[in-house]
Amino acid sequence: MADVTAPPLREFPVPPALVPDAMAGSKPYVATDKMQEAIGFPGALVEDWHDKAIAKMGELVGKYRSLRVYLDACVHCGACSDKCHYFLGTGDPKNMPVARQDLMRGVYRRHFTLPGKLFPKLVGARDLTRDLLDDWYKYYNQCSECRRCSVFCPYGIDTAEVTMAAKEILDSVGYGQKYTNEIIGKVHKIGNNLGLPGPALEDTLLGLEEDVLEETGADVKFPLDQKGAEVLLITPSADFFAEPHVDSLIGYAKVFHAAGISWTLSTHASEAGNFGLFIGNYEQMRTIALRIREAALELGVKRIVVGECGHAWRVAYSFWNTLAGIGSGGDDPFARMLQSQLDHNHRQPTHICELTWDLVRKGALVLDKEANDHRVVTFHDSCNVARASRMGDEPGGQFEIPRALVRAVANRYVEMRPGTTHEATFCCGGGGGLLTDELLDLRVKGALPRMESLREVADLHGVNFMATICAICKAQFTKVLPYYGFNRNMVGGVHQLVSTAIRLGAKR
Amino acid sequence: MSAVLAGLFYAAAAVLVAGVAWRIRQYAGTPAPLKIPTTPAPTTTGGVALRMAREVVLFESLFKASLWTWLFGWTFHAGLALVLARHLRYFTDPVWGWVAFIQPFGVYAGFAMAAGLAGLWARRFLVDRVRYISTPSDHLMLALLLAIAATGLAMKYLAHTDVVAVKSFFLGLLVFQVRELPADPVLALHLGLVSALMLVFPFSKLLHAPGLFFSPGRNQVDNPRESRHLAEWAARLESK
Ligand code: HEM
Ligand code: HEM
Ligand code: SF4
Ligand code: SF4
Repeated sequence: MADVTAPPLREFPVPPALVPDAMAGSKPYVATDKMQEAIGFPGALVEDWHDKAIAKMGELVGKYRSLRVYLDACVHCGACSDKCHYFLGTGDPKNMPVARQDLMRGVYRRHFTLPGKLFPKLVGARDLTRDLLDDWYKYYNQCSECRRCSVFCPYGIDTAEVTMAAKEILDSVGYGQKYTNEIIGKVHKIGNNLGLPGPALEDTLLGLEEDVLEETGADVKFPLDQKGAEVLLITPSADFFAEPHVDSLIGYAKVFHAAGISWTLSTHASEAGNFGLFIGNYEQMRTIALRIREAALELGVKRIVVGECGHAWRVAYSFWNTLAGIGSGGDDPFARMLQSQLDHNHRQPTHICELTWDLVRKGALVLDKEANDHRVVTFHDSCNVARASRMGDEPGGQFEIPRALVRAVANRYVEMRPGTTHEATFCCGGGGGLLTDELLDLRVKGALPRMESLREVADLHGVNFMATICAICKAQFTKVLPYYGFNRNMVGGVHQLVSTAIRLGAKR
Repeated sequence: MSAVLAGLFYAAAAVLVAGVAWRIRQYAGTPAPLKIPTTPAPTTTGGVALRMAREVVLFESLFKASLWTWLFGWTFHAGLALVLARHLRYFTDPVWGWVAFIQPFGVYAGFAMAAGLAGLWARRFLVDRVRYISTPSDHLMLALLLAIAATGLAMKYLAHTDVVAVKSFFLGLLVFQVRELPADPVLALHLGLVSALMLVFPFSKLLHAPGLFFSPGRNQVDNPRESRHLAEWAARLESK
């Protein structure tokens, strides 16, 4: 593996000077032929990749208005140029969002616009050479699809949409990324990203029941495949065994237990994550989402609740209704089949934070805030929750509800610097299918802006716990915090805090 | 010369109108299969209209992104809007009341427009990030607009032209008559450049103007849980 180095924290947050090709060596492993073919892509780079890629691009600009408008509308104003954490952490100009888009826009202009056909040099149009294709592979795998750039673009141009289209094109010519595509294969086959089979899952859950019983004396259950349960919980599979993820899973279970809500997990749909999003492939994303529909129908549940996971919540909140009819308001037979079973007095789907916060407001939980007094907490907004979804009924509920919940269970809470939270939050550096070891250097550098604002509150206010509601953020921070001199255990879930504070079996 | 310019203007107007209409149809006809508004986003159509209005009138997102770019960009566009509105006097007889009303403000608008353009152009040289992403066409577009502004201002302050005759020429074009245009090189240049602008509009980044209204990141209502959003090609997957 290449050297992994953390850049120094900047004293003033000014954009770095350009360092051309600083990250030209960063490249994730290419998917093997087996992984590619398992999910219906060509095994290796096809002979006529150039023509295939152009044809695919034509197909995509016809299918996605976002892509077509975004490729046309950019005026090169540069407003987005200093907004990407990967640019801030590396100085590589191709990590400026507009330059990343231009890797594709040049080819689009060459083949799909009149001036690009007539005067390519004049308008920055380019042929898709093998070198450029490799640049696509490198630099579209240096975008975590976090949408921070889209907040600041005057036309809302979302580089994530361009990145997803590029990955879709690369996959279609046999140039896929190992980490994402291998995982997608596992979900299709086994039902979760980790490839954890049913019996192993059952064992893990029994183990958790014993742990919680020992710790609290309460008989908290972790039900699996329980027909007739009210709630189906869909949570990232990392929650089943990774640290600190599992502490949040324990938190959800305690909440259900304390509120007396019957719930279940599903072996068939034991994964909230949906990496089909990361590779921009509608069919993959849909097939993965359908497992959840199938599990909900099979188990006859009334509600579907989603655990702490950023991109999963984006897919659940924004896309499930479209992809799999999970939601409300569907008037076609496909959607009605499931929606007539669901209880529409509740939001469908519901985020676990929405559920817990509703219970807190109703006074249904006994909380001992002092139990968290050893922690000074801050909250890291995860990109997909912040910029691609909502909670509650008001715009911005995705910011207010998790914070309200943290404040309800912890006394000491501090915000990080404005401009690095809410919709302007910085990505953890590991999203979008980049959470793989061979990209660690990129991930460490991409975490720079978040580490700077964390350093500030740690020094000023003694913050020692950064709460977040994303499985990828948790895994990424656990790995990169030490590079910046922090303790890796500083990061954890919101429901980890809930778990610490909640009192089970106590009479109110 | 009158006949040449008349021909040019008819051609340019045809390309502009047909070209922009074609692009708008293309944008409107391309499906948006997924709900992707940049959140927090409005939950009602009225809210979306308001969000869009803030983007068009105030350049809200740009304001959050970069104060300098916003200052130059907004000054340029506000100036441009006023200048164009003021130019309506060449095409209307009698001149509409509000067009007559804004005439005095328009005097400053020409300078504001030029100043904004100059600032935007300076950024393309001075800010290394913006220099890196600039293509020759980005520079040419600014040069073209600046040249239009410069020739216009020259006519107003240095080499006056017979604006009554200009008006008569354009009113003539509206009823398909070619009347005499003053034989004035600055005017000819101004009008030649303007027709060039009209010709490139539908093929260039000037599509940002119609494009903004079709940007799913900005024009979508945030209500995916409440109603099912399904594109035609996506719906076909369900009947497979
Ligand atoms: C709905 C109407 C329009 C809106 C909302 C709009 C908005 C914007 C915004 C936000 C920018 C980026 C900031 C900047 O560089 O100024 C921009 C750039 C630009 N606009 Fe517009 N615009 C509109 C119409 C027009 C028209 C009609 C023209 C020309 C005839 C024009 C010419 C330009 C040019 C040349 C730039 C690039 C400036 C540069 O190179 O830095 N815009 N526009
Ligand atoms: C058919 C279209 C146009 C005609 C016939 C036209 C004609 C003229 C004339 C005769 C003047 C001199 C005004 C005076 O002496 O009082 C002028 C000024 C000017 N024109 Fe145009 N023009 C046209 C289009 C445009 C366009 C599209 C722009 C900008 C992109 C523009 C920008 C200006 C500016 C900045 C001035 C100076 C300030 C002012 O008088 O408002 N013109 N134009
Ligand atoms: S989506 Fe995020 S990672 Fe990708 S270019 Fe934009 S800011 Fe950078
Ligand atoms: S902010 Fe938008 S229009 Fe400006 S350079 Fe970036 S993508 Fe292009």
